[in-house]
Amino acid sequence: MRHFQRIVGLAAMGVAGVALPVMAAPQYWLDPAGPVAAMQGQLFLLTLYIMLGIFVTVSGILVYTLVRFRERAKASARTGEAGTAARRETAAAAEDELPPQIEGNHKLEIIWTLIPFVLLLIIAIPTVRLSFALAADPGPDALEVRVVGHQWWWEFEYPQLGIVTGNEMRIPVGRPIRLIIESADVIHKFWVPKLAGKMDAIPGRTNQMWLQADEPGIYYGQCAEMCGTHHANMRLRVVALPQAEFDAWVANWGRGPVVEDEAQLAAVERGRMVFETRACYACHAIEGTAARGTAGPNLTDIGSRTTLAAGILENTPENLARWISDPQSVKPGSLMPRVGLSPDELRDVVAYLSSLR
Amino acid sequence: MATITVERSFWQALPKPKAESGFWSWVTTVDHKRIGILYFWTSIVFFLIGGVEALLMRLQLAGPNQTIIGPDLFNQLFTMHATTMIFLAIMPLTASFFNYFIPLLIGARDVAFPKLNAFSYWMFLLGGIFLNSSWFLGGPSDAGWFGYPNYSLKEYNPGLGVDFWIIGLLLTGIGTLVSGFNFIVTILNMRAPGMSLMRLPMFAWTTMVTSFLIVFSFPVITVALLLSLFDRLFGTLLFDIFAGSDLTVYHHLFWVFGHPEVYIIVLPAMGIVSEILPVFSRKPLFGYSVMVFSTMLIGFVGFGVWSHHLFTVGMGPVVNTVFALATMIIAVPTGIKMFNWIGTLYGGRIRFTAAMMYALGFLALFLIGGLTGVMLSAAPSNAQIHHTYFVVGHFHYVMIGGALFSLIAAIHYWGPKMFGRMLDERLGKIGFWTLFVGFNMTFFPMNILGVLGMPRRIYTYAAGMGFETWNAISTVGALIMGLSILITLYNLLTSLRRGEPAPADPWDGRTLEWTIPSPVPEYNFARIPHVSSRDELWVRKHPQLAHGAVAETAAAEEAPEEAIVMPGGSYMPLLVALGLFVGSYGLLYYMPVFWGGIAVSLLGLVGWALEGDNLRIVRPGGSH
Repeated sequence: MRHFQRIVGLAAMGVAGVALPVMAAPQYWLDPAGPVAAMQGQLFLLTLYIMLGIFVTVSGILVYTLVRFRERAKASARTGEAGTAARRETAAAAEDELPPQIEGNHKLEIIWTLIPFVLLLIIAIPTVRLSFALAADPGPDALEVRVVGHQWWWEFEYPQLGIVTGNEMRIPVGRPIRLIIESADVIHKFWVPKLAGKMDAIPGRTNQMWLQADEPGIYYGQCAEMCGTHHANMRLRVVALPQAEFDAWVANWGRGPVVEDEAQLAAVERGRMVFETRACYACHAIEGTAARGTAGPNLTDIGSRTTLAAGILENTPENLARWISDPQSVKPGSLMPRVGLSPDELRDVVAYLSSLR
Repeated sequence: MATITVERSFWQALPKPKAESGFWSWVTTVDHKRIGILYFWTSIVFFLIGGVEALLMRLQLAGPNQTIIGPDLFNQLFTMHATTMIFLAIMPLTASFFNYFIPLLIGARDVAFPKLNAFSYWMFLLGGIFLNSSWFLGGPSDAGWFGYPNYSLKEYNPGLGVDFWIIGLLLTGIGTLVSGFNFIVTILNMRAPGMSLMRLPMFAWTTMVTSFLIVFSFPVITVALLLSLFDRLFGTLLFDIFAGSDLTVYHHLFWVFGHPEVYIIVLPAMGIVSEILPVFSRKPLFGYSVMVFSTMLIGFVGFGVWSHHLFTVGMGPVVNTVFALATMIIAVPTGIKMFNWIGTLYGGRIRFTAAMMYALGFLALFLIGGLTGVMLSAAPSNAQIHHTYFVVGHFHYVMIGGALFSLIAAIHYWGPKMFGRMLDERLGKIGFWTLFVGFNMTFFPMNILGVLGMPRRIYTYAAGMGFETWNAISTVGALIMGLSILITLYNLLTSLRRGEPAPADPWDGRTLEWTIPSPVPEYNFARIPHVSSRDELWVRKHPQLAHGAVAETAAAEEAPEEAIVMPGGSYMPLLVALGLFVGSYGLLYYMPVFWGGIAVSLLGLVGWALEGDNLRIVRPGGSH
């Protein structure tokens, strides 16, 4: 029985592509984690079921027609001896006679014009309602985040909180987030499938959308508009935290390194000196230091992020060292240059950045 | 006897091509059939190039984190694959059938403007060469087939790739536009006596509506491309946001062209299927007049839905809703067509030839393409499927399942008329089944990948996203499709040499092209036919179906005309096209060459206007 269920499940997957949550698919948006994606998913499923119904009906009629009206007169005429005389006669007659030469039917034309209209109306009404519902402002309670697309990373600014971060957007669970979407260079497209559909980040324009996470968790997203070499590696994560944890993150943001002992503190201080005196500070900012660059992501909370280089490396000290020592081998074409640090300097910078939790 | 002296001007005294066979006869030809055959083979070569580009991308995406192809090359590949397939493979293959068969279907001896027709072909060929030469001159554009600024501008795309892309499209676009006018005039003015508009074969109708779409939409893309080109070459600030531009203006210009373009590709495919289904069902097309009007309705409404490509641009709910509803409306005439095709089959005697199987494949696959299209029209859920592989799956069901299947159907159906040899039916059916299986294996998983959240135009993806299995299946499917195309190509090439000679009417056809020998003589019809019915040949074969006097018109055609005046070749169309082609390189590398090219083109145009006709007299009686 289980085997049978699996076969049915696989078939449903193949036909409809809906029965998939069994697999690990962090961007599978029919398994939504917030109200926006849920509403969009429901509309998608409505259209899917209506279209599946039409497909089954029309292709059924087509297959029936092809089987029933396939040419077979010649074959039965040749094997006529096996059949009755009457059948032989009809077969022979059929070969000469034409099928009825019907040129059309007004009643049918009207019927198959009206039926699609009705079906489309069923889709059109929720389409209109949802379009307006989703475009409405999420209200004064919403937390505002300004999303800025860069080649090839994401900047998140929280104007109400005075926080700037990159590639990982922390949000409180259960609270609507109003996103102000912009671009610093070319056109990007912001997308976190399990939370909400896409919105373009267009230079010179400001777009708005909102989303909300109902459960704590890490939600994957990525740029969905071709934006150059590393379009595929312009990923992001939304980390939804319970309100208390989110508040703690806000309170800790910009408080400087978190260290455990004197030795580590010394390394972190040296690393901070390197950061503030070598090329790093020119492109990156770290709150409370002399580093105020804006060309690259703000690194104030880099130690608490789960990934590096816009989602392509897990955030470990080893990967951080690898990324800083040779960005071009990790992400060829990335705008981050090779700074040329000595092994000691590299170790200290990694210690410093890892401590910014 | 009075002597007539004819003053010949300088231009008229220029040498005119006389060759009737060999290289120069093809280069200077203005015969619509030869031009059709040139279009045919050229588009097949470009189709193979576009296919290899697709296979390379599929290999790269077969597994996660692969590095077979780097990101920049991948971006160039999808840009060139789309551009090549749309502008250099499918459209010109369609044009090949316009060229060869429109005059035959309407009972004419050529198109309205034969020299212009040759010019269209040369612009297509040279534009295609120009575009593809960028592979060897620093690399082609990587800005996508849409070429949105500001990514396509100098700041982010400093090489020449985008310039090659823009100018290449402008060159082929000139040819396409000219050919659009040519076929409108041909179909309206060159019909045989009795061929009223409501007796036109459906393929002629879809060709005419397509030509109107070309005439109204290609100027828009031309404007969009020229604006980008000005920014790139002359430093204008048309798409500079700091000078106050709005980048979405280009989005709208592009898609005002881009959406009708879909119908430019699909309407002829629908026309081909509407020719093939009646022949192999031995029944007339069901609901002919409804089919005609639904074609026009699709063409008309097709101009009012472009913004459904822009639902995520931030146009607001009012605009999004309007375009969502308009898009849904298009499903109605399309559905009407689907039902009428099934109505044509119903009650018939269906013969499963290779051509018919491809046409039936069109019905099944285009149905899926159309239904997924309706799903995309719902703006709020579009925000999820937009720019995912769901869209890639959807439009390949339209472009391949729709257009390509019907074009291969046309190769099997009309090939014998064009080349005088029958194609191998068995290989044709093997080709069909491999393509059908391979196609669905390649593109159905893409619909699922879109739902799993895989965006388009990414050169790689991480492991653990749930994308691996479907991408692997898709790549295997693509290889099977490649195999099928090779089978069809093999069938075509061997049949042309060793195939059975094609009779005039191998399929028990219904329309005028089957009344004349295969391959078609230069003058097409020894005597211009008089048409008394929509399915003229069918009614002649079955006089009991005739409504009026068929016998007398048939009798009037018994004797061929003694002498037929046919247009002879000309060097001028090629000369004008070559001037533009060479001049385009000059625009990018060395301005004097540009001015030289323009001068050659202008001289060619003057010669074209003043050289006079190079008329030839053909005697059908003597040649048989």
